[in-house]
Amino acid sequence: MAEIMVLMEHRQGEMRDINLEMLSKGQELAEKTKAELTAVLLGKGVASMADNIKRFCHHTLICEDERLAQFNSDPYQDVLSFMIKERKPALVLIGQTACGMDLAPALATSAGIPLATDCYQIEVKGDTVLPFRQMYGGKMSAEVHFAKKAPCYMITVRVGSFPSEGLREINGAVEKVAFTFDKDYAYKKFLQYVEAAVGGVDITQADVLVSVGRGIGDPENLPMVEELASLLGGVVSCSRPVADKNWLPKERQVGTSGKTVKPKLYIALGISGAFQHTAGMKGATTIIAVNKDPKAPIFNVAHYGIVDDLLKVVPGLVAKVKERKGA
Amino acid sequence: MDIIVCIKRVPEVAEIDLQVDQTGKGIKTEGLVFCVNDWDNYAIEEAVRIKEKHGGTVTAITVGSEESEDVLRRALALGADEAVMITDQKTEGSDAYATAKILAAAIKNIPYTIILAGALADDDGYAQVGASLAELLGIPHATLVTNMEIGEKRVKVRRELEGGLEEALDVETPAVFTIQSGINEPRYVSIMGIRRVAKKEIKKLDLGAMGLAPDQVGTTGSFIVVERIFTPPVGEGAQLLQGSPDEVATKVTDIFQKGGVI
Repeated sequence: MAEIMVLMEHRQGEMRDINLEMLSKGQELAEKTKAELTAVLLGKGVASMADNIKRFCHHTLICEDERLAQFNSDPYQDVLSFMIKERKPALVLIGQTACGMDLAPALATSAGIPLATDCYQIEVKGDTVLPFRQMYGGKMSAEVHFAKKAPCYMITVRVGSFPSEGLREINGAVEKVAFTFDKDYAYKKFLQYVEAAVGGVDITQADVLVSVGRGIGDPENLPMVEELASLLGGVVSCSRPVADKNWLPKERQVGTSGKTVKPKLYIALGISGAFQHTAGMKGATTIIAVNKDPKAPIFNVAHYGIVDDLLKVVPGLVAKVKERKGA
Repeated sequence: MDIIVCIKRVPEVAEIDLQVDQTGKGIKTEGLVFCVNDWDNYAIEEAVRIKEKHGGTVTAITVGSEESEDVLRRALALGADEAVMITDQKTEGSDAYATAKILAAAIKNIPYTIILAGALADDDGYAQVGASLAELLGIPHATLVTNMEIGEKRVKVRRELEGGLEEALDVETPAVFTIQSGINEPRYVSIMGIRRVAKKEIKKLDLGAMGLAPDQVGTTGSFIVVERIFTPPVGEGAQLLQGSPDEVATKVTDIFQKGGVI
């Protein structure tokens, strides 16, 4: 029977959210293609983590070794190459995460497996797997095809693309896999985790966030945004380009590589709404977006939208709020 | 330390209304402004900084049309010493894997200690070439690098993980590193600076020169092909607030009041 293999991801003793999202899609694909779903868990002292995974899979494979204690793409690649060779899965799913981005391209290249990265949807037509992904910063979607028939395909899955609820209970077996390492990977050593510097402002605690993106144009325009934020009892946050330019400290960055926030009110000013950003703020109660580009993806997650230049909108808004508060 | 930087020319798409072209597989490029991929710009800057501190050379390399000359000139103006342009019609339609094969073939003849590339490209967003290239060259790699510390035959790097966390790795050279945006503040390149390197030689390579067969590249040498592209479906979308600036400001202020923030 055909197999769909899904790599489980964990860090500092915690399973990552992407796991259930991939298992959920994996269950659907397995059902459609009459395949079995197999989860792979690599690490050291991770057996207890398997309990919550095996419920949803036909097989859970565990490989434990000192070399797998922290994620390192090289030993991961060797163990997975071995498992793929042994079990011949028809499809391998890996998260498009910091781990998956380090691992999947090298693994696919070494094993000669066709790879489609960063997919937000996977469809099956007959025996053809159809991945969907985004291009041009989320402004276009693309249906991609695997060019040649291959015994195995690999897809990396975009975080947040599939629901993690409603998984079917399968309660499959857990199997320990023995793997003999022939090297110590001294050429690529994990040293330590480095926590982001803790600064003065914790944007995750704010009820109101006024967030700025590339559209701010110049750091000289920040004071008017600061003023709006303080009038609303909130703080200023930002999207990646603003933090990259050091216009605001990294701790103010909202998104997958920054903070995930759930304020009552989120005002997105000049933020295009790349998925890395929206993944960190779509849980806000009310989202108001201001952007010059009517097709900016931010308008898909916002509740209210203003198609205009933020530099024109903000001063008027500051004046109006002052007027209202004064009244 | 000799450094190779892989760069790419991409269209600027921020605040641009993109249209699907006649083939349905690409975008209309008329009127678009092309520039160096943002992540690659950080990679060039990082390479030049390492050269300034530790000596050595920087070679910028790209796979693309003749028009890619402009991003190579820009890299030279920024401080690269050499520029290599792989241009061959047969490479058109190459996916990330085929692109990695092309780069690997070219790089075999260039001395290097480390190879830098952008973590991903703005246009297709594969985030794949760097790690695939490392595998083809049989050397280690680290992706999403936010800090580099050059040592003796090793490089200490930080990789960006999720939620503000990073990891520190110690990697033996030669190695490939893919650079995350924000690792440095790329210097400004003036028109004068680009003029100064206008006459500098750009080495051109085609498939024959690299010993690659046409069927190893382009769509035939690729694992995936783009079948069709389309504008992402809009969900329910935002309720647009329209009217004069004053009317819009009033509507927004009403929302603030209703939400209890003022």
